[in-house]
Amino acid sequence: MTIEGTTIHRETFVINLGPQHPATHGVLRIKLTMDGEYIVDAEPVIGYGHRMHEKMGENRSYTKFLPNTGRIDYACALSNGHAYVCAVERLAGILVPERAEFLRVITTELNRIASHLLWAGAFLVDLGGFTPLLYTFDDREAILDLLESVTGARLTFCYFRFGGVCNDIDEDFIEGTRRFIARMRSRMPMYHSLITHNVIFRGRCEGIGEIPAETCRRYGATGPVLRGSGVSYDVRKAEPYSAYPLFDFDVPVYHGGDCMARYLVRLDEIVESMRIIEQAIARLPEGPVMAEKVPRTLKPAEGRCYFNLESARGNFGVRLVSDGSDTAYRLKLRSPSFSNFSLFRECSRGSLLPDALALLGSLDLVIPEIDR
Amino acid sequence: MPHDLFREIARLVLYVVGLVAFGAFNAAYLSLLERKESAWFQRRRGPVEVGPFGLLQPVADGLKLLSKQLLVPRGADVLLFKLAPVAVITPAIMCLVVIPFSETIGARDFSLGLLMIYSFGAINVLATLLAGWASNNKYSSISAARVVAQNIAYEIPLLLIILALVMDTHTFNLREIVELQSGGFWQWNIFQISTSPLMPVAFLIYVICMLAETNRAPFDIVEAESELIAGAFTEYAGMSFGLFFIAEYVNVVVGSCIGTILFLGGWQCPFGLLPGLHWFLVKLYLFCFVVIWVRWTFPRTQFYGLLNLSWKILIPLSLIHLVVTAILVKLF
Amino acid sequence: MRAFGKYLKEIVTGSWSLLVGMWITLRQIPVRPVTVNYPYESLPMTNRFRGHVELIRNDETGEPNCVVCMACQKACPSNCIRVEGHKPEGAPHRIPTLFMLDFTTCSLCGLCVESCKFNALEFSREYNQASLSKEDYQMDLLQRGGKETH
Repeated sequence: MTIEGTTIHRETFVINLGPQHPATHGVLRIKLTMDGEYIVDAEPVIGYGHRMHEKMGENRSYTKFLPNTGRIDYACALSNGHAYVCAVERLAGILVPERAEFLRVITTELNRIASHLLWAGAFLVDLGGFTPLLYTFDDREAILDLLESVTGARLTFCYFRFGGVCNDIDEDFIEGTRRFIARMRSRMPMYHSLITHNVIFRGRCEGIGEIPAETCRRYGATGPVLRGSGVSYDVRKAEPYSAYPLFDFDVPVYHGGDCMARYLVRLDEIVESMRIIEQAIARLPEGPVMAEKVPRTLKPAEGRCYFNLESARGNFGVRLVSDGSDTAYRLKLRSPSFSNFSLFRECSRGSLLPDALALLGSLDLVIPEIDR
Repeated sequence: MPHDLFREIARLVLYVVGLVAFGAFNAAYLSLLERKESAWFQRRRGPVEVGPFGLLQPVADGLKLLSKQLLVPRGADVLLFKLAPVAVITPAIMCLVVIPFSETIGARDFSLGLLMIYSFGAINVLATLLAGWASNNKYSSISAARVVAQNIAYEIPLLLIILALVMDTHTFNLREIVELQSGGFWQWNIFQISTSPLMPVAFLIYVICMLAETNRAPFDIVEAESELIAGAFTEYAGMSFGLFFIAEYVNVVVGSCIGTILFLGGWQCPFGLLPGLHWFLVKLYLFCFVVIWVRWTFPRTQFYGLLNLSWKILIPLSLIHLVVTAILVKLF
Repeated sequence: MRAFGKYLKEIVTGSWSLLVGMWITLRQIPVRPVTVNYPYESLPMTNRFRGHVELIRNDETGEPNCVVCMACQKACPSNCIRVEGHKPEGAPHRIPTLFMLDFTTCSLCGLCVESCKFNALEFSREYNQASLSKEDYQMDLLQRGGKETH
């Protein structure tokens, strides 16, 4: 006797990776439909951190919006400021002196290293190893002290102005940066032997969270997510801006597409950033740090402009529509975390919960940047 | 006769109080050692405020836990919910009864001591399952399911190692096992290559299985802080959480005690001179130091990596060790 | 056979990586802690550290340099600054009678300091700003004595 046509009905349950959770960096809610330990569907619910930056861009004059730029993505605040300032300069036709461009590059690259160090520590905490966080933060303190001596702030910088930067650097900063680079270079082997070669870490990351390059292209993912899947696209090389064409650096690309590839891309980017900083300091020209004759209330010509650059998370873009007055008509921010996060739903289907959390961690999301 | 009875009762009461105090005191100060040691590894200071060098910190923690309300979540199974902490701590303290701390100190000289300890260890799994189930919380249920799989997988190599050792010592009595290791440190079981050339490997397997049985990192999937908040213990507040906390450390102490007794010679001196309680305590706390050191260095293993490690690596190795020991014991 | 060799090799390299990791963390024990025992010890702030703004006072007269041009009030994105002043008889410029800073909305952007052409505003170096009442943050900059040295 046979029993035909019976199907085992597997019951799924919905669990909330709620707005408060140690593993989602910020207020992010994901409704997971799970079958035992496997994820059937992961529906993200965003908007818990919406602060209406784009609306504030319409209500405030161009200069008054500058502090907002540091708060959109606080881990890499200088990149956001850089994008906004360059967009307005393009519309208004302001030329930036060379020394200011070099200073912008130096501080932005230092911020990129700080952001990657923060990510590396937080990623390890997601996986359960708490100690490397403290080591990366120790290195990050050196960068934050340097940036504090120049800009006055440690996390949310308001350093760039239309036409240049607001403060000049001194010899102590240059000396401190050289010391930091030497120290960081000597710490990299320690990170590799503590983390990268560790068999437990490799078991958690190799082959986990594979994102094929085609998926990245469909969702518009950029930055280390894209470069970890084998596509060599970096805005600093594809559409060079600021002083980047003057420097010689490589773009690290790994073809695995898994969490390990993205981790290695970010660690290599730290080394490349250090190369750029060294070249910039060696060739720093003398001169003013601020363009002359920048009007107090800026009224750019009517028109529209789009400017994108490579932030630590990917392609950060600012679209500015000006109607000739002193406030923007429309300010649109394209955040890389939003696009990077949108592929989580598809890529986490069918994986185990800890694997999905490793994938989420390796995407390097800053949730306030998703919600803006 | 009544005089002996009176002495026996006095001795019993003294030992009960002493063991509970030993367990609680060790748990409290192991939590301080963990915080201090993690601070040393992370180049910071750890607790320094309360008392000199933070030595009164466990007192402050205990007072804090005692002052909180014991919440029972809505929909939870009240009896099981309140029973689970008790069920976790009782086996842990019971295991301390048969451990010989030195030649003269030991609550009960039980001829089946080793067997009793692992029987009580099995109740630990049941208690965590109770806690996870009774909480009426999805995170707790997931972690309860994980703890069963993990503990079953790691009990097997542990018991195989114990079996191989008992083949050599011919006794389950812990006191006799230590007495067989008297002499210098070359007599300790870990170095007994003549019994089995895989003895040091057996010791490593024992350490790994002990970490997994007590749910310590890198095998702390049960209470994976970054994923499931606190796992099976999410809904517990106040002193019931404190009891789970204490039970975890008492389990670590029991596991370390057994490790020193079985492999490192118990209270024997490395050079055979002055055996005693002090050597036992030194070895016990060295063991605990290593357990805490391992926790703060490595990330958490993946769940199937953990099960793979047990079923594919530890069990074959311990089976080989068992066979080799059996052959050598039979031949010599 | 090759699979068995690979299996053994993985066990050996894996265990070695674990031991290397443990040695790295053990090496940190004798090193001096990098943390500072705040609040018993604290670190000096850099010169450009941005605390709340303070009025710069003239060295000789002790009066603030502010001429009530309202540039800072107009430049502030968060409307934190409120300045009022008048011109007394025979004085060369206006003097402030009220200079309130609402620190609860200040974002330390520095636009007020940069917009001042009369060298009247600068950043202080205060970071110990915790308080239990909101009124403490409505700072009357005229009453405060000037930049405290930290």
